[in-house]
Amino acid sequence: MELGRRGVLGAFAVTTLGSAVPRMARAQAANTIRIGVMNDQSGTYKDNTGPGSVACARQAIEEFGAQGFNVELIAADHQNKPDVGVSLARQWYDQGVDMILDIPTSSVGLAVQNVAKEKNKVAINVGSATSDLTGAQCSPSAVHWAYDTYQLAKSTGGATVRAGGDTWFFITADYAFGHALERDTGAFVTAAGGRILGAVRTPFPGTTDFSSFLVQAQATRAKVIGFANAGSDTINCVKQAAEFGITRRGTKLAALLMFITDVHSIGLEQGQGLICSETFYWDLNDRTRAFTRRVLPKMPSLYPNMIHAGCYSATLHYLKTVKEMGIGAAKAANGTDIVNRMKAMPTQDDAFGAGTIRPDGRKLHASFLLEVKKPSESTKPWDYFKVLGTTPAGEAFRPLTEGGCALVRS
Amino acid sequence: MLETIEGLIGVPAPLLFGQLLLGLINGAFYAMLSLGLAVIFGLLNIINFTHGAQFMMGAFVAWMLLAWAGLGYWWAMLLSPLIVGFSGIILEKVFISRLYKLDHLYGLLLTLGLGLIIEGVFRNEFGSSGLPYRIPAELSGAWDLGFMFMPIYRGWVVVAALFFCIATWLIIEKTRLGAYLRAATERAELVQAFGINVPRMITLTYGAGVALAAVAGVLAAPIYSVNPQMGSNLIIVVFAVVVIGGMGSILGSIVTGFGLGIVEGLTKVFWPEASATVIFVIMAIVLLARPAGLFGKA
Repeated sequence: MELGRRGVLGAFAVTTLGSAVPRMARAQAANTIRIGVMNDQSGTYKDNTGPGSVACARQAIEEFGAQGFNVELIAADHQNKPDVGVSLARQWYDQGVDMILDIPTSSVGLAVQNVAKEKNKVAINVGSATSDLTGAQCSPSAVHWAYDTYQLAKSTGGATVRAGGDTWFFITADYAFGHALERDTGAFVTAAGGRILGAVRTPFPGTTDFSSFLVQAQATRAKVIGFANAGSDTINCVKQAAEFGITRRGTKLAALLMFITDVHSIGLEQGQGLICSETFYWDLNDRTRAFTRRVLPKMPSLYPNMIHAGCYSATLHYLKTVKEMGIGAAKAANGTDIVNRMKAMPTQDDAFGAGTIRPDGRKLHASFLLEVKKPSESTKPWDYFKVLGTTPAGEAFRPLTEGGCALVRS
Repeated sequence: MLETIEGLIGVPAPLLFGQLLLGLINGAFYAMLSLGLAVIFGLLNIINFTHGAQFMMGAFVAWMLLAWAGLGYWWAMLLSPLIVGFSGIILEKVFISRLYKLDHLYGLLLTLGLGLIIEGVFRNEFGSSGLPYRIPAELSGAWDLGFMFMPIYRGWVVVAALFFCIATWLIIEKTRLGAYLRAATERAELVQAFGINVPRMITLTYGAGVALAAVAGVLAAPIYSVNPQMGSNLIIVVFAVVVIGGMGSILGSIVTGFGLGIVEGLTKVFWPEASATVIFVIMAIVLLARPAGLFGKA
């Protein structure tokens, strides 16, 4: 694996850069835009965010090219801890970082967005799932880019029922994220005419064997088993469902939060038939393939998922906005002004095509319902998904008025 | 008879039998892991917190053998314990052997630290989302038992775990080598006076305990996510199993391993939310009633 040493060194370089900022900061500050990628460089979400997000942001900067100002990229590890994220964000903004990017793990994402709001600086969240970022806790200086819990629930829940999967059983991680995902998906399932036959709450963290829960789910004869969990919990569920032959007898598995990087680690043999949703898939069209070809040499032996692609798209749009405002004006402006300009400008890039940013900070683009291919259907590296359905940008996310964001009412 | 059971507890009997069986399989992992810990603690007096990382290494070495050398599951079953066991021997020689005269706490801190470092190194090298590992063709498929669909591989896990548990118990309790080992834990100087190389024996014992963890890792690779954190999730539960069974008791660790797997399996039916806690509740009760554990000598 190539990920190896270079990845380690990269992470080191990146963390040490964080502390090197103050000395460089004053030198040519007026003509330099400084972007800080803050995410998980060493823990559970390292593959889903981590060095891949940094690579994609770097790709955007490279493609943007020289437009009369310099762009600097720094990155650091927030270790999925809100306190680490908050102090890092304060330090970065105080030292002249203009925009913080990625910020996965909902608890950290919300905390950093609050710091950005307080300091009126730009925060673009790509990696977190919670739709609260553009709901009750929305902020005028923030944008939520790639996906959220509402979109996942709607795409996977609603579309699966329409495809015939009308009876559901949930295996839910027993904490806030799992409960929210189960509740939201359940609402779409019933709204589309489906029925919820039951749910089992699995202790989090600390469950490795899900076979018992899978057997319980199977006993209800539900057509779809929904996994309202993430990361290694989902991977364990899928592996063990394959082992118990659950999919071979017609039951569909729906992973409510899953990335192509997770599919890679499950393997097609055990993952085939699994349903999930992403807003980006590298093999969607010529533009996504072109983007992927360009960024792959920078990636840590992974293909980009929707978070990685989101970091590319967000960086590109942010830089376009800065160019439009003029570097002097952009450096002088506060976060809210810059984000307002970002909202006023339509987005356009190879990863997501055309899109817009709503007043509540929600970036809008289409969402894709995906099914994991059989090994025999996969003809090239990372050829993992069939697109089952598309939810257009206008319908993929929560309606503007339902989120409870204060920016909308005013 | 089945209807009576169902009437009494409100859960369909087939589901219950299925869960008992699944509990037994999980118990096989607990037994394998706690056995290694018990051997190490019983003979070395070291609380080996590196055990989870060594379990993880067992699974990773199986993956490496397949991905890099093309060697399949059965080779991994043989080579992975040898390779990981050897790494354990190096750890013992370089670090752990220096702590035998100190308080337990130092061994605990050292092995905990080593475990964290090993996990961190693997996470940096292999990422966090895990690696694919398939069930070997000979063991894939399933039996229809009537009351449930039983994957052949799970049956193999129970058989293999029982084999290793009984073999270890026999070696320690019934052979001359085992007698030396037990004697060395009681009076090392005296055993050494009879011309037995006690330090070497202890080093090899640590290696063997670590190899047991690696065997469990190989057994786990096809059914659990092979990722650097896989051991740390399991090890805390396994420590509870060891404490309940009685620190250092070989038989205790085997019996409680399987028994608690079953208890946990039943909890997953009746009160799923509590299934990660139930073992610790039992641990607290056992510690209050019998501080030395169910099979420990006070």
